[in-house]
Amino acid sequence: MPETVVAETPVPKAAEAGAKRTALFGGKVPLAKLRDLALVPAIVVIAIIGQIVSPIFLQPDNLINVLQQMAEIAVLVLAQTMILIVKKMDLSLESTMGLAPGVAAWLVVPTGATHGLGLLPGAWAVPITLVVGALIGVINSLLIIRFGLNGFIVTLGMLIVVRGVLTGISGGQTFFQLPESMLYLGTAEWFGMPASIWLTLVLFAVAIVVLGWTSFGRSLYAIGGNVDAAKAAGIRTDRVLWIVLVTGSVLAALAGLMLSGRLASVASAQGNGYIFTVFAAAVIGGISLNGGKGTMFGAFCGILLLFMIQNVLTLGGVPAQWIGALNGLIILVALMISRITGGKVQE
Amino acid sequence: MSDGERAVTPAPAPADDGRAQSGPPVVEATGIVKRFGQTVALNGARITIRPGETHALVGRNGAGKSTLVSVLTGLQAPDEGTVTFGGAAAPRLADRDAWRSQVACVYQKSTIIPTLTVAENLFLNRHQHGRGRLITWQGMRRRAQELLTTWSVDVDPQTMAGELDVEQRQFVEIARALSFGARFIILDEPTAQLDAAAISRLFDRIRDLQQQGVTFLFISHHLQEIYEICDMVTVFRDARHILTAPVAELPHVDLVSAMTGEAAADSTEVRASSLDSAATAALDISGLHGETYQDVSFKVGAGEIVGLAGAASSGRTEVAETVVGLRAATAGQVRIAGTLPRSGSVPAALKAGAGFVPQDRHHQGYVPDMSIADNATLSVPHRLGSNGFLSNRTRDRLAEGMIENLAIKTPGPELPVSALSGGNQQKVVMARALADDPKLLVLINPTAGVDVRSKEFLLGKVEETADTGTGVLIASDELDDLRMCDRILVMFQGRVTSEINRGWHDHDLVAAMEGVDLDA
Repeated sequence: MPETVVAETPVPKAAEAGAKRTALFGGKVPLAKLRDLALVPAIVVIAIIGQIVSPIFLQPDNLINVLQQMAEIAVLVLAQTMILIVKKMDLSLESTMGLAPGVAAWLVVPTGATHGLGLLPGAWAVPITLVVGALIGVINSLLIIRFGLNGFIVTLGMLIVVRGVLTGISGGQTFFQLPESMLYLGTAEWFGMPASIWLTLVLFAVAIVVLGWTSFGRSLYAIGGNVDAAKAAGIRTDRVLWIVLVTGSVLAALAGLMLSGRLASVASAQGNGYIFTVFAAAVIGGISLNGGKGTMFGAFCGILLLFMIQNVLTLGGVPAQWIGALNGLIILVALMISRITGGKVQE
Repeated sequence: MSDGERAVTPAPAPADDGRAQSGPPVVEATGIVKRFGQTVALNGARITIRPGETHALVGRNGAGKSTLVSVLTGLQAPDEGTVTFGGAAAPRLADRDAWRSQVACVYQKSTIIPTLTVAENLFLNRHQHGRGRLITWQGMRRRAQELLTTWSVDVDPQTMAGELDVEQRQFVEIARALSFGARFIILDEPTAQLDAAAISRLFDRIRDLQQQGVTFLFISHHLQEIYEICDMVTVFRDARHILTAPVAELPHVDLVSAMTGEAAADSTEVRASSLDSAATAALDISGLHGETYQDVSFKVGAGEIVGLAGAASSGRTEVAETVVGLRAATAGQVRIAGTLPRSGSVPAALKAGAGFVPQDRHHQGYVPDMSIADNATLSVPHRLGSNGFLSNRTRDRLAEGMIENLAIKTPGPELPVSALSGGNQQKVVMARALADDPKLLVLINPTAGVDVRSKEFLLGKVEETADTGTGVLIASDELDDLRMCDRILVMFQGRVTSEINRGWHDHDLVAAMEGVDLDA
């Protein structure tokens, strides 16, 4: 990412100069592409403010800390972004993030201390997590695409059901003594940086390429922009929607695995309340709730910005009790700014 | 298309001005029958289009034009009949690519994805892939530019498709169609949303493409455009094929009578005028300007029925909607029964004494899951009780009166409107329009999608209302709606072009609505 930031710093000036034209730099960079980079200056500003507030801010340890804290939720943002681009939404991601590793722990953790059954050896934990994620995605897709139910309500129902199932199997308690395989992603370090950060960055890189440079990725935008036109162009819209929804759930399961690895436990409330931050990050990152608009890079900037601001507030000594209120305020202000710069009514 | 065929029909060889070449027809449909439930949309319809010609398809609403288009483009399979392209049978319905290489349609409704660039829209789902199977954007932009240049479309491929105007969008859609290899293009009312200059540019483009061997099927409500651009014309009426003839050999009068199915019959019995010229005019419009109409001025006297006729895009609906406050005028005055309600405010118009039946009852007319009683009294809460509290008993009594008055077939006022038939739904909408004894009644397409008996009943009710001294304005293109009018104002391209007094013939009115001069 740093290279991109450096290369695109002249952007704000240029944007002012050619506000009325649709393309800049001799027509080589369309304005739409610049919109995706809109958050980059904001991130730079926050970095500067952070450094002024506390000299620790730009230390590698602190930056890694920020990245690690946002790693799991960033994967959820990635999943939700794909889903929003095809003009659907999935609220149940946050519960999937809890249930998927929860079921794995339930089956694997030995009986005794917690509610574990100890039925399977530890090596099964990771595949089970991913399969549970996929299953939830399949049920969602079945209800939304096959039976044509309203996606918002279906996933809202699923959010509650899945959360309830986790509470049920765990008895409302936390699973401990997770097997080695479940801890790996949350604890390992690759090349001096936690594996979960690498994984998140790689996933985003892959998503940026897929959404920007493959026919499959472009079909997501086509479907979200005008589903009838997409059908008329020969895109198998239902199949694409299935793939997107199921992949989204699998990614949520993976995010859950990363989080339980880092915390070495699966709490029955794991992921609770994450979905609001996920939506906020996506919308701040320029993803339209009406589908067909926004990029993965923008979504990444959105979640990064939120977590950097949160970190700056913590370093600045803002009491932890107030951070929630400020977070909400930041989301509102960010929306207002994007309304002013975007110039269009947000629906 | 096989190589053999290509050799037989050497591409554009403009003998006699590139028109009407010999060879197998580009498309031929015979004996097409298509039913939707009870309705027969096409009944043994046929059409033959020869290479290089521009063929017009005309007919009044419901004649089966749209259904024929979806059969010809492979969106729907006919129940009976066959379609052939260049002598060969049509592809399977599922084989979209094969259809697209034969025929393309530029619909009134856009099939462009507004959030993507023009280049990407052109190559949607067939992007150019480079190394590692990734899309090469540069190559795609270049190809898009080449394509647009080839067909001389002056649009930057990098623009967002949503930023194009209607004209540019149509050109882009035509270019996209041609890039699939189709040389037969259906234009479904392409001029409906264009201004005169854009229409003439479109026609220039059509003539250019015709020179290059492209065949067009042109659907339009504007007959003078057909005389301007088309070689052949096919008329459909009531789901049937009526005639196919060279445009040059078909006088205007014959074309119009083929469309209306009436040679020169007399109009209906004359209604005694109930105009009370002494009372204040129910409606007085002066110098009204809006987005789709200009300089409209007319009066509707108390007890007078005035028709506002015109084709779909003539601006008649917009004028009527401005009168009742659904739209705001950019300039000019609307005076309802002597008062001057605030422009663009429905409550103000209602208060001034207007009642109205909106264009699309499903969309603006009623709340489907609310009861008849609630719907019929939606605009008159002040009659249902005081201090903001509504009395259900008053409401039901009022509604029962309306049900009886308009002969709505229902077991009671509590039935949801969605459970009624189309005709009875429209009666509920009409009941609401009449609920407050309006001084001005505005009706927009009041009998659209209504069965014959309800239609007669509704129109009878309108006459009755006029007899009580209410001024009535009917904006419609349905001749039956307009028969009882004391006079009809005809709008064409946003202006009132003529005024027709009672005793008109169908073809006079249709010709005026289509903007044709019968004496020409």
